[in-house]
Amino acid sequence: MKAKIHVYLKPGVLDPQGAAVAGALHTMGYDEVTAARQGKLIELDLSGEDSDAAKARVDEMCQKLLANPVIESYSIKMA
Amino acid sequence: MKSAVIVFPGSNCDRDAHDAIARVTGEAPAMVWHQETELPAGTEFLMVPGGFSYGDYLRCGAMASRSNIMPAIIAHATSGAPVLGVCNGFQILTESGLLPGSLMRNAGLSFVCEKAPLSVANGNTRFTSRYDSESELIIPIAHHDGNYFADDETLDRIEGDGQVVFRYGNNPNGSARDIAGIVNAKGNVLGMMPHPERAVDAKHGGTDGLALFESLLGSA
Repeated sequence: MKAKIHVYLKPGVLDPQGAAVAGALHTMGYDEVTAARQGKLIELDLSGEDSDAAKARVDEMCQKLLANPVIESYSIKMA
Repeated sequence: MKSAVIVFPGSNCDRDAHDAIARVTGEAPAMVWHQETELPAGTEFLMVPGGFSYGDYLRCGAMASRSNIMPAIIAHATSGAPVLGVCNGFQILTESGLLPGSLMRNAGLSFVCEKAPLSVANGNTRFTSRYDSESELIIPIAHHDGNYFADDETLDRIEGDGQVVFRYGNNPNGSARDIAGIVNAKGNVLGMMPHPERAVDAKHGGTDGLALFESLLGSA
């Protein structure tokens, strides 16, 4: 079983790296880019069969370590 | 005063912290490896030093703040004893929940390494009683992720409660409201990005950090 966790900055939190990415894309001529936000994708390999139980544990991992609730939100996809 | 300095893999200001504390207190601090689960008996002052613990992987300070020694640090802080986190130590204290907010990538995206002009925003804490309120200091900074962030409600609260202790004179990293250092609500845990331990000897180019350690002597 795998969990894919997308960690991203909350709306309203300034993202200087995303702004730099948008700036670089503009320099390359991609003027249609109006904003860029940079996040993280974390993939976990998990033992066990029960996807719901596993997801609850992954949610706990996100709250305790993988995301910082002050600045970040996250979403979990089980596969 | 019995002191301890926590050492994580990737700490690189632990020796500076050791020397500054030894110089001011006259007693060398215990160096405590992160895999320990207890602080030496009788520890009063605890310092979490700067560096790049765990290579700054995931988020600065994230992994260190979940290490084996952390419950002992949290218990020490909760007991009201003085705890100082500098640079990566500040990041570790916010990640552990001992201090509000978070340190994000510098707004200019560059690593900044310079002498930072600071003002003392609160001279009535146990870390700043030897400074005159509003006095101007020069303390070195060296970091990539020192951009202090908290939501507006938190910022209003900590400003109103006098928890903002140091402000930058020339905001080098985009920090909200020029914040360079804060204490917790009880006033016994200080986190700051500037390095007072690098300003305790004339050979460092300045001694404006000395009064911080001297303030502690009178309070512990």
